Amino acid sequence: MSNSESDIARRAARLYYDENKTQDEIGEMLDITRWKVGRLLALAREVGIVSISITDSATPSERSSSGIIPTDRSRAQGVTDTQSLRSFLRRLPAVDAIGLEARAATLATRSIKTESKRAALDTIIRLVDLTTLEGADTPGKVKSLVAKALVPDASDPTTPRVAAVCVYPDMVAHAVAALGPNRGDGESGIAVASVATAFPSGRSTIDVKLADTRFAVDKGATEIDMVIDRGAFLSGDLETVFNQIVLVREACVRADGSHAHLKVILETGELRTYDNIKRASWLAILAGADFIKTSTGKVQPAATLPTTVLMLEVVRDWFHLTGERIGVKPAGGIRQSKDAIRYLVAVAEVAGEEWLTPHLFRFGASSLLNDVLLQRQKMTTGRYSGPDYVTVD
Amino acid sequence: MSFLEYAPAPESTSILNLSPSYGLFINGEWVDGGDDSYTTISPATEKPIAEIAHASANDVDRAVAAARRAYDTVWSRMSGADRGKYLFRIARLIQERARELAVAETLDNGKPIRETRDVDVPLVAAWFFHYAGWSDKLEWAGLGANPKSLGVAGQIIPWNFPLLMLAWKVAPALAAGNTVVLKPAETTPLTALLFAEICQQAGLPAGVVNIIPGRGSVAGARLVEHPDVNKIAFTGSTAVGRQIARTIAGTDTKLTLELGGKGANIVFDDAAVDEAVEGIVRGIFFNQGHVCCAGSRLLVQENIHDEIVEKLTRRLSTLRLGDPLDKNTDIGAINSKEQLDRITALVNTGESEGAERWTLDCPVPKAGFWFRPTVFTNVATSNTIAREEIFGPVLSVLTFRTADEAITKANNTPYGLSAGIWTQNASRMLRVADELRAGVIWANTFNQFDPTSPFGGYKESGYGREGGRHGLTAYLTNGDAR
Repeated sequence: MSNSESDIARRAARLYYDENKTQDEIGEMLDITRWKVGRLLALAREVGIVSISITDSATPSERSSSGIIPTDRSRAQGVTDTQSLRSFLRRLPAVDAIGLEARAATLATRSIKTESKRAALDTIIRLVDLTTLEGADTPGKVKSLVAKALVPDASDPTTPRVAAVCVYPDMVAHAVAALGPNRGDGESGIAVASVATAFPSGRSTIDVKLADTRFAVDKGATEIDMVIDRGAFLSGDLETVFNQIVLVREACVRADGSHAHLKVILETGELRTYDNIKRASWLAILAGADFIKTSTGKVQPAATLPTTVLMLEVVRDWFHLTGERIGVKPAGGIRQSKDAIRYLVAVAEVAGEEWLTPHLFRFGASSLLNDVLLQRQKMTTGRYSGPDYVTVD
Repeated sequence: MSFLEYAPAPESTSILNLSPSYGLFINGEWVDGGDDSYTTISPATEKPIAEIAHASANDVDRAVAAARRAYDTVWSRMSGADRGKYLFRIARLIQERARELAVAETLDNGKPIRETRDVDVPLVAAWFFHYAGWSDKLEWAGLGANPKSLGVAGQIIPWNFPLLMLAWKVAPALAAGNTVVLKPAETTPLTALLFAEICQQAGLPAGVVNIIPGRGSVAGARLVEHPDVNKIAFTGSTAVGRQIARTIAGTDTKLTLELGGKGANIVFDDAAVDEAVEGIVRGIFFNQGHVCCAGSRLLVQENIHDEIVEKLTRRLSTLRLGDPLDKNTDIGAINSKEQLDRITALVNTGESEGAERWTLDCPVPKAGFWFRPTVFTNVATSNTIAREEIFGPVLSVLTFRTADEAITKANNTPYGLSAGIWTQNASRMLRVADELRAGVIWANTFNQFDPTSPFGGYKESGYGREGGRHGLTAYLTNGDAR
């Protein structure tokens, strides 16, 4: 959008919203057609010259009458209002906890050796969202995180790069600057993922969550990791959970129409039951998630293998239903190569090998990378080294 | 290489220290067999493992005499607490030699090492630990204050779970104070012979356990008709079970039979679908379907039939068939040429009777005996494959509309060993379980075993129970006139 175009859009917006002129009147005043005025106003909304916010109604009854904001995905599944969302989720087959955990335990007994192990270790590195999400994060910390993401192991140039760095919104600009031309979509280059929406608790207003998201996208985040409102989900207010995802998904749209990929964090440790996790997974997908993610890493338990198996079953079922592939990101608590390999086995055997790409599977982890590097060094040299042979950050 | 083509991860056989040949284990010693010997082979490679002696009728007599002597002079006089010490020692030795036993079992039987390592051998140890604890508590077995052992128990076990079936038989018999003569199956004597070594290692008094590999028609027949045997415990085919019952009829010998089955796995439309699919797989493809309690008939509610079959075949496509010693193998070898021929014949019958066949598309090793996992849909209740026990990795899928129809169809079999029910509705679960005529009913799971739980069948699946307190009472009397 050129400067003159944004100027004229701004003038049109003032006339329309502040002075209550009609589009016809504005067209005459600015000497353009009425249709052009309409397009300029749409543009003004899209690029954020104008932002419209709708405040939640005061009473719960008024709120529930407003209903969910249906998405293309949800409409295709017949989910057009709150009631249909509720019955859709209720109709999902239940999860048998013992059976699910037994399945995960069996997958964990796969024995991955020699070339398969080497391939697995490299795959893990390619799928890592290298993460720092601490109150004490600084631009310097983020810079060294990026350096590590670019060259995980200086002693071995064959080491692949990670998929993304994952930081807080205010650190996005520093990550983007540090990456420079190496920024990409996880495959072409390293993606910049930002948590947003009042991470990790999600306890703030939707306005703040949307502003948080837009800020991160503006600063160059290519991926947004949002949290759902677990309080609302557990109390049965599915509408709030659904609509917030829809709105954040809209806030991920950039001026050029492209959008930052949206990962929806379910915080499975707070949802407690596998049935809840299954329903939340479907809800997030219907509302527009590109990825469903287990945890913030700030709540225990974080990612577990059974939970991830369950979420992989959901994306597999979604694929067979619609032909569309949704990503899965276990995050938190995966520290060792051995564990990460088990996740790869689960991905390959439950969802399918096609999921083993940065577009469809990620590990949210910080200390995992170093363990993988140690294992990798061992496979190359035949000897185990120690923690001093990989960099601390 | 695709990630799913996991690199070979074979368990090493170097842990095994096998003799080139094995005799009979009678009275605590290894003796030569009076009959000819034969070579036991690995069904996955058809390569020989060891030369095994066949027991003759005379050898059986010797073994029974040794067992009688041990019973009269040592074992029946020992305190329960002391018998328990021997059993605990055996259980610990099994745990110590677990890897070796798992490798031997996989080699001789053809079942995957994942199963012998994670299921068979741990259960064997659990069985001995459980019954070791019973040894000094027999007065709480429910047979009054002074229960008595029976004497000499003759035990004949099958080839599908060689060491586990040994444990199911030997552990309660010894705990109750009996001595045993055990005949392992012809194709799988190896782990029973290693168990004989463990008895020696544990210092078990001579003659308490005697192990005599041999032919059913010679050694098995003699053991069953032996006048000095007080109890016969048999696990195997219904045909042989019938023959044994006929032989024993009119004598004083007690009998328990654990025979065939044609288990129904019933899936209702409110089931946890993904876990039900896992349960179906575990129900019929565990141990290549060589399981008497296998869920070989899948009864699925009509309205979810297509979904279940689709999910099932997709899931089966991830099964890995091949070298049983590879730690990633899910489906091992069929135990013998004879069994493979039987499965093949029944599957051909299934096709010719009009059922629709789906078979896993996977490579099969050149040597050895293999059968790819197979699912039949459009099966009528009157089809042979819905009636006869196939004892292989072959599932027949039938449908039902109401719970009553499911119960009727599930019970409509001459067998009555096992059944599975998959529903999230607790009242339906209890009601259906109540009306099924099967000895073991699994709720939202399948093929789970535990030493505390009794196991056994209705109708042609046999009689008597093994496992738990019930299994113990099969080796005891109430101590009154016998």
